[in-house]
Amino acid sequence: MKNEKKKILFGEFVTGAGITRALEMGAGKVVEDVKSSNLRGRGGAGFPTGLKWFLTAKQESDEKFIICNADEGEPGTFKDRLLLMEQPEKILEGMAIAGFAIGASVGFVYLRGEYIYLRKGLEDAIASMTKNNFLGKNINGSNFSFDVEIRLGAGAYVCGEEFALISSMNGYRGEPRNKPPYPSEKGYRDKPTVVNNVETLCYIPYIVTKGAEWFKEHGTQASTGTKLFSVSGDVKHAGVCELELGITINQLLAEVGGEGAKSVQVGGASGLNVAEKDFDKPICFEGLPPGGSIIVFNHKRDMLHVLKNFMEFFVEESCGQCTPCREGNYRLLEGVKMLEKGECSVRYLKELEALCDVMKDSSKCGLGQTSPNAFLSIVENFKTEILYR
Amino acid sequence: MTTGTRAAIDELHEILLKHDKDRTQLLPILVDVNNYFGHIDSNAIVEVSRYTNVPIGEIHGVITFYSFLGQKKRGKTVIRLCRTISCDMAGKEQIVRVLEKELGIHFGETTEDGMFSLEYTNCIGMCDNPPAMLINDQAYGDLTPERVVEILGSFKLSEYQDMFGYGGVE
Repeated sequence: MKNEKKKILFGEFVTGAGITRALEMGAGKVVEDVKSSNLRGRGGAGFPTGLKWFLTAKQESDEKFIICNADEGEPGTFKDRLLLMEQPEKILEGMAIAGFAIGASVGFVYLRGEYIYLRKGLEDAIASMTKNNFLGKNINGSNFSFDVEIRLGAGAYVCGEEFALISSMNGYRGEPRNKPPYPSEKGYRDKPTVVNNVETLCYIPYIVTKGAEWFKEHGTQASTGTKLFSVSGDVKHAGVCELELGITINQLLAEVGGEGAKSVQVGGASGLNVAEKDFDKPICFEGLPPGGSIIVFNHKRDMLHVLKNFMEFFVEESCGQCTPCREGNYRLLEGVKMLEKGECSVRYLKELEALCDVMKDSSKCGLGQTSPNAFLSIVENFKTEILYR
Repeated sequence: MTTGTRAAIDELHEILLKHDKDRTQLLPILVDVNNYFGHIDSNAIVEVSRYTNVPIGEIHGVITFYSFLGQKKRGKTVIRLCRTISCDMAGKEQIVRVLEKELGIHFGETTEDGMFSLEYTNCIGMCDNPPAMLINDQAYGDLTPERVVEILGSFKLSEYQDMFGYGGVE
């Protein structure tokens, strides 16, 4: 990897320093700091982490829960795999700090079934942190106790959506539900719950020890901090790199040896396809979607084939609960197959584009609301290539 | 192994007793039963229903929701090849041919001796080492035809290996 791993997450870190500092600061100040750091969820949706904590902290309840969302399933994303493998202590410490901040004494790591081989490392990290009194009873001699349990998923992309994840943990089909109530009010076991992405939690110990101002020195005004990018496809250096939010596609491609690309899929299958003309646009919450998945396509790639792969993915992974998503993705895939045979008229393509808008407006969860993105952006960027074959 | 025999029922109860009688334990129970027996048959569903007090129909609904859980018996060794875009672009199709020819079955099938099942799976987070596959609990990346033949050979050899231990990324 050309990029030096030194920014934040790949920088120096002493296990236990974060939770120790948090206990000194007090819960209110921790929530305040995370809020003012403007840290936003790194799973893709980008909800402000501090606000999530604040809303859950103010709930009155005998029990609250922290869930680490390790159900990383977006095509082209593997940054959490690296964090779970190399830095499990940091994730657990972030969870403990979150627990202290909102008043939870139990946390869960929802680990996707595909990552079952990472369970042992996580268990070892839990054991060693408990031994060092950074987890477990009376952490660092305080009256705060926090235990972490691992829960395995069983192969369902939609369970990465926080409502679906909670349904799954509650022993139901992993289907999203209407909101409100939000997990901050009614989550696991119907108790106030915070669900944070693996990467989000990893920034917490740094924000607590180094301060919100320091964190804000990275990134842009609206998108503070760095971000892990999972880079794959037609590049010289596929892998995970940590870059500041606000980086343009051109800069990113230069980092990973992907110059001369035809297009880049930013944010995974549910993200956007970006063609060369837009390579100067930044990746951040106010720009291109910063989910972290970067898939690079060279000039030999057939974009209709790429689109077909994405649509097959969504047809299979749609939970089937709401009609726009279940039927919509099916129709889009059917349209792609018609395009393949050269049987799709311009008029029908327009109808499919209108269907995309309906799906965005009326699907229940993020899956159906974002799955038309790939279709719309690839059709827009490569209309001639796709339509006249 | 089916849960039709007395011994199997006892083993099933051993798994159940590790969990609380609580709805939130349903998925952990089903994952454990599926990993141990290779599938969750109707006997097992009845027992899980009795233990957790969750209706049989709802358990059926949960099982069919997850691609890793199944009511049909899978092979002792389950091979799941990633078919998502990064693996697809890195030559997944050739790996498909190698696996099918080496095992003499198509995707979605199990070998007659019950040793191997072939399945597709969606993105397994190995996009930096494509093409990739999961074999039981382990992930294998940077697949080439030669490497696949070699890996399959090692599985054929160690027929009685512990399928339920932990693996690692290779």
